[in-house]
Amino acid sequence: MSQEPLLRVEKLTKYYGSRLGCADVDFELWPGEVLAIVGESGSGKTTLLNTLSATLEPSGGRTLYRMRDGQWRNIYELSEAERRFLVRTDWGFVHQNPSDGLRMTVSAGANVGERLMAVGDRHYGHIRETALDWLGRVEIAADRIDDQPRSFSGGMRQRLQIARNLVTGPRLVFMDEPTGGLDVSVQARLLDLLRQLVGELGLAAIVVTHDLAVARLLSHRVMVMKDGRVIEAGLTDRVLDDPREPYTQLLVSSILQV
Amino acid sequence: MNAIAQYNFAYLDEQTKRMIRRAILKAVAIPGYQVPFSSREMPMPYGWGTGGVQVTASIIGPDDVLKVIDQGADDTTNAVSIRAFFAKVANVATTTHTAEASIIQTRHRIPERGLAEGQILVYQVPIPEPLRFLEPRETETRKMHALEEYGLMHVKLYEDISRHGHIATTYAYPVKVEGRYVMDPSPTPKFDNPKMNMSPGLQLFGAGREHRIYAVPPWTEVVSLDFEDHPFTIQHFEEPCALCGAEGVYLDEVILDDLGGRMFVCSDTDYCEERREAGHRGHLAADQGEANS
Repeated sequence: MSQEPLLRVEKLTKYYGSRLGCADVDFELWPGEVLAIVGESGSGKTTLLNTLSATLEPSGGRTLYRMRDGQWRNIYELSEAERRFLVRTDWGFVHQNPSDGLRMTVSAGANVGERLMAVGDRHYGHIRETALDWLGRVEIAADRIDDQPRSFSGGMRQRLQIARNLVTGPRLVFMDEPTGGLDVSVQARLLDLLRQLVGELGLAAIVVTHDLAVARLLSHRVMVMKDGRVIEAGLTDRVLDDPREPYTQLLVSSILQV
Repeated sequence: MNAIAQYNFAYLDEQTKRMIRRAILKAVAIPGYQVPFSSREMPMPYGWGTGGVQVTASIIGPDDVLKVIDQGADDTTNAVSIRAFFAKVANVATTTHTAEASIIQTRHRIPERGLAEGQILVYQVPIPEPLRFLEPRETETRKMHALEEYGLMHVKLYEDISRHGHIATTYAYPVKVEGRYVMDPSPTPKFDNPKMNMSPGLQLFGAGREHRIYAVPPWTEVVSLDFEDHPFTIQHFEEPCALCGAEGVYLDEVILDDLGGRMFVCSDTDYCEERREAGHRGHLAADQGEANS
């Protein structure tokens, strides 16, 4: 791991009018590190993720990101052009619902190739080759490259969405409940794949999930949120095995055992 | 006093013409950029060329000579009606000869002989936004134009190749104007795209229903989008024009009977006629004696 963090979040706050989304969130994220944000529905996880990924404007605080040239920039002060470029090259965003992150009416190959074309790749053969390579890495058969994601199963769509995001070699990926809505065996495969890709590519990732098992499998560190605030944070195993806050203890003891 | 005296010259009132001229000036200043304008009701339905008619009405003067073509032809309903409209409301001279016209209003073709310096070509545009069917949100497409995010346009071309093995878009083929804005050249066949590049004449585009005007000034670079390994190509025809024998021009297919009989003729009627007057003959052309009888 590098000596410098990739992301530095300071006092990040988001209000919807007078209603609190999330408040006073502070943390640092290092390259190659996976951070899970857990908590129950309505605890502000998704608000925090959307604010971090500059989808929402914060009401207060800043998020500093170390750009590829080593400069620290507050992502809310970037020009719109810079921010959009950052979002489609250096970042990825995996939505819970794949149809939010995919173009459902163009083929799988074009979905993966879109980011390449957006950064100026104008060689069809190269784009297609890269798309094939990525489909292989997310375990989608090569002969599905010209099919539209509409004809894919939920798990395949989610894997396609991951390939589409990773094709430009981002350094930071945001994931909003990446396994939500999938059945358990498909979840297990997807988690396995994600863990492998994150390890291989040295990605930093922020994963929002209500599923503590996902946090346990994927993340190095965990932040527990309740009512818009971070109430406990630490190494995943420490937080899940030895929760200190009563609420975290409740969360951990609520996991169903089979 | 005749009945049309109640109309202002060229139908539109002077304030409206000014407003449209301001839009045109802005469009010329920013080649390929879609300038909003306040489109007026015209005495014809949307889709018949209300945008083109408003542009023509705003730039036409008493000394102009107007030619109107529809799919290359001077003698189809749309062309005849619009020509008659301006002959009536502006009392201008009209012609079917490309070389004699100072303003040419067109639907879906650029004349084969191309534009000369000083000529203005006015296009009737149904959908000015090249990204429309890729990104339905107008707020988003405007942002994409502003930030020059045109990757999506190539996604469409990619889809063409993956589905058909080649770029199958044959009309409304997207172009990049002067290295900046991606523009829809209106539904002209891609055959005409090269004629837009470095054209000596001014090209104006009017979309009435969509309230947009855009322009390509003379001597402006217009490049058709493509991939390095799938370069832009224009249509080629197997046989020459059946009437005038012209090659390397855009041809229309005409069905002759229900037994599969067909002929290919120039879509540019004026070009075809001029060639026949000059003595060129295709294999289905009537001979000289018959033509004169």
